[in-house]
Amino acid sequence: MRAGEPDRPDPDALLRQASQESRGRLKIFLGAAPGVGKTYEMLTDGAARARDGVDVVIGVVETHGRAETEALVRGHEVMPRRAIPYEGRTLSEMDLDAILERAPRLVLVDELAHTNAPGSRHPKRYQDVEELLGAGIDVYSTLNIQHIESLNDVVASFTRVRVRETVPDSILETAEIEVVDIPPDELIERLKAGKVYLPQEATRALSHFFSKSNLSALRELALRRAAQAVDAQMLDHVRALGVGGTWAGGERIVVAINELPGADGLVRAAKRSADALHAPWTAVYIETQRAQSFGEAEHRQLAAVMNLTTRLGGSVATVPAISIVDGIKAYLKDARATQLIVGKSHRSRMFELRHGSVVDRLVRETPDVAVHVLPLDASPAQPRGFRIPRGPWGSRRGYLWTTAMVAGVTAAASALFHILDLGNVALLYLLPVMVAATLFGLRTGLFAGLASSLAYNFFFLPPTGTLTVNNPENVISILVLLGVAIVTSQLTSRVRAQADMAAASARANAALAGFLRRLTPLGDPVELARAICEDVARLFDLRTVLLVPSGGTGLVIQAASDLQFRLETMELAAAQWAYDNGTPTGKGSGTLAASDWYFQPLRAGENVQGVLGLAKENGEDPLRPDQLPLLTSLVDQAALALERLRLEEEMRDVDVVRTRDRLRAALLSSVSHDLRTPLTAVMAAAAELHHGVTPDLIATIEAEAARLNRFVANLLDMARVEAGALNLKVEAVDLTDAVAGAAHDARRSLEGHAIQLAVPPAMPLVKVDQQLLHHCLLNLLDNAGRYADPGSPIIIEAAHSFGMLKLSVIDEGPGLPPGREAEVFETFRRFEGSDRAVGGTGLGLAIVKAFSEAMGMTVEAANRTDRTGARFSLCFPSPLIVRNSSPESEL
Amino acid sequence: MSAKILVVDDEQSIRRLLRNTLERAGHQVVEAVDGRSALAMAAIEKPNAVLLDLGLPDRDGLELVPLLKKEGDTVILVVSARDATDQKVAALDLGAADYVTKPFDGEELLARLRVALRHHGVSETAPKIFRKGDLEVDLDQRIARRGGVEAHLTRKEHDVLALLAANVGRVVTHQRILAAAWHGSEDAPVEYLRIVIRNLRQKVEEPGAVGSVIANELGVGYRLLGDS
Repeated sequence: MRAGEPDRPDPDALLRQASQESRGRLKIFLGAAPGVGKTYEMLTDGAARARDGVDVVIGVVETHGRAETEALVRGHEVMPRRAIPYEGRTLSEMDLDAILERAPRLVLVDELAHTNAPGSRHPKRYQDVEELLGAGIDVYSTLNIQHIESLNDVVASFTRVRVRETVPDSILETAEIEVVDIPPDELIERLKAGKVYLPQEATRALSHFFSKSNLSALRELALRRAAQAVDAQMLDHVRALGVGGTWAGGERIVVAINELPGADGLVRAAKRSADALHAPWTAVYIETQRAQSFGEAEHRQLAAVMNLTTRLGGSVATVPAISIVDGIKAYLKDARATQLIVGKSHRSRMFELRHGSVVDRLVRETPDVAVHVLPLDASPAQPRGFRIPRGPWGSRRGYLWTTAMVAGVTAAASALFHILDLGNVALLYLLPVMVAATLFGLRTGLFAGLASSLAYNFFFLPPTGTLTVNNPENVISILVLLGVAIVTSQLTSRVRAQADMAAASARANAALAGFLRRLTPLGDPVELARAICEDVARLFDLRTVLLVPSGGTGLVIQAASDLQFRLETMELAAAQWAYDNGTPTGKGSGTLAASDWYFQPLRAGENVQGVLGLAKENGEDPLRPDQLPLLTSLVDQAALALERLRLEEEMRDVDVVRTRDRLRAALLSSVSHDLRTPLTAVMAAAAELHHGVTPDLIATIEAEAARLNRFVANLLDMARVEAGALNLKVEAVDLTDAVAGAAHDARRSLEGHAIQLAVPPAMPLVKVDQQLLHHCLLNLLDNAGRYADPGSPIIIEAAHSFGMLKLSVIDEGPGLPPGREAEVFETFRRFEGSDRAVGGTGLGLAIVKAFSEAMGMTVEAANRTDRTGARFSLCFPSPLIVRNSSPESEL
Repeated sequence: MSAKILVVDDEQSIRRLLRNTLERAGHQVVEAVDGRSALAMAAIEKPNAVLLDLGLPDRDGLELVPLLKKEGDTVILVVSARDATDQKVAALDLGAADYVTKPFDGEELLARLRVALRHHGVSETAPKIFRKGDLEVDLDQRIARRGGVEAHLTRKEHDVLALLAANVGRVVTHQRILAAAWHGSEDAPVEYLRIVIRNLRQKVEEPGAVGSVIANELGVGYRLLGDS
């Protein structure tokens, strides 16, 4: 908790400040009611700034024909509005793109709470303003107090006028607020003088709205809200500086929401408390069995409440649980909440008697948490009296079976009646009741209880053949049968509910685990993107598309669930928006909602890796609220997987560069040594020839020139390997033939060594590039010739076993340093004291390895076991081996 | 045997080196530095042989091969740093007698030149007997004798060896061998040839000296090495 280290600057607060420095600044002219003069004030203020030399334009201002206001407008540059055709009419809206293009220092935007015409980029004007701020443009705007989201229902409670156009509180938190205030009496005067413009439809509510008491209350609210904003900004400032101040002791507020109307009121109340306490807050929805019976309306309501929470700056959590109380308790504990806000239940006394009041239990069972119980201000659609817990009516098959069972028991009991007493017969009837309640649910169970009681009464209770009861004992029997039906079905349905919940949760977990399993091994970005698209499409039955940024030209489609596929300009714009801003965009979100697609940014840490687009075939909202948590988990994993690939690629790039640098350094040192040494020898020997020709000088020139030649050949080979320019020309090659060629070309290095060829006659041909194999052998023979003891034989041996053909060059000499045999194939690897003396280049064996691997072969280096010396082998795996064919056929 | 040799190379050091080598062997040398002067010199001097570099400043040496042949009855040896097999095969197909890769061995160059000049104008008929060291191959009888050991040659082995023996010292391309020994079947697989050559090696070469009789010109063809 932060309170423990109060003097350290709070990183979040610093981040907020930092991000604001590049952003434009917002000033809101806040009024208590229409007509107080906000627009006038804004224009005056703007004019003053313009006089100071600031570049000011008017984005949009409604003058409502008032002369003073119009006079003020004339002093400014006014941006033309954009015409939007809508249902036959033409609506004009602020032209956001034109302003962004014009890029003034300050723009005046009237009526922050305005709702844009359908088809605009954002549904709300305050979102336009946020984009302007994001572009670094300062904005002046006007707002009435009743349009502030969290105060909306407070205002409505005493004015009885509810406005639909609201702005989230978050936009006020970073804004400078100037309250435009006139005394209520004066406002009423202005109203009477006709100086206040009011929309036609509002007039009827006005007499009430503009009462003095209302105006006073609104004025107080406005002043208080402004003070609160100042307070919050002050606190941010203090935190950013790390100045120890009074902290609102780590309060955490949780509000329990549900699908019932009125839950939005709870959320607004939570927001107000959170603001007052400067506490973080979360709306938690407990998902129980009930959620499965939700219809479209309930889902929509729940989604609206969750959206509201996010808009007001709270976070949302969904917790699956068996019961509401358990879920809330578990969440409170996890979140270390200090305050809980719940709605007062509309449930009847009867229900609470049976189930216990949720509120009572919460108060009792969460001793550390302050529980606030608020009324839910809307009543449910229909009052619920005693209600049997919801459940399906049961299948017709169930009733038929039950009837059959009761009939069967009746028949059996009649047959056995002579050996059973009446009580035992009643016991027999328990059987169909329990079976029916267990298998077919409560209603069928009750039906079984009723049928059993009737049958028992009719056939066995005296007087038999009638439905009368003459004994209180028998009444009890009937009640017991019904009771058993209820209890059994309750138990069963509870167990079944638990199992269903567990299954649902297991399904979600399995989906997530399966998704992870599929993504983890993928190393190719396109395959990964395809897997993400396919899995999400399959899990949610949607069309999907994954877009990723491509070097500077915006987003491109990396994969999609259906192959012939392209996005319209509109969709691309929405995707780009989601990518640029890191927020969901498109259908079902607050931005560019006219798109058929919903775009979710794939975000890992600070980086947005790409955008996942979702759409339903029929153009409906792609996701239900209850699918959001799973989607979020999947998207997080997908983003992580993409991030992992990106990091791996970066690592590889770094690795490649590092290796290349190392090679370059080694090459330079090798070139300077290996070229200069023989050149020096040749030049010196040639100069010496002027004084007389000796066989020694000639031999030196020949040997050193040969060494130069070999070095150049190796450099060329290595360059081909490095450039990846090995054009393999694969053909069937006979090893004896290959050895003959190599032995001929290497004869100079092999002088003084006998070659023992141990290649069995029936060796199959191999499919390789003869030229590359030749170079491999040449280098191996050359290597052997240089390291082998003088006069010792060099053995070339071929063996064919376990489907693998192995060609080895074996020498007699010092061998390789034990334990470091494989290192010999590294570029420029020369073991100490070994190579320079005999003029190696450090490239030969690296070329052997590179060429062999390019042809699908492997190389081995080992020391001889029978005596000292090295053994280098080329291994041809079975795919490279040619089946024997007969050359003697007469083609 | 003295001959007039035209050396075509744009590098003066190479021309000087070749002149030294050739004159030591008793040949007469004329020089050209590019394709145009090479054709002119060939027309005027009517050389017995041309040593032709492929990388000339004005045109590709390969183009010169047929043009030089048209100028007169001359033997063309390509001497080039290009070691790609397709270049070698192309030069041979265009009518060059042989191909020597730079850097070359002076003695080897002279030997190749000697072989090329000797074969020039002589119809290629296989000798009845091919001898090298203690190896003796009786091509009529299809018998190879080495150190008192006799080996019988199969028909294919005989056909291949006879063709190589008729061109002893010169490279014979795979294509030509396949066409001759497999009766014009152009697409007889080269692996048939490989196996025949391997079997031949067992019959004509010492176990410790593979390549001493039949040399493998990588990607181009085979050359029978005679006594020289």
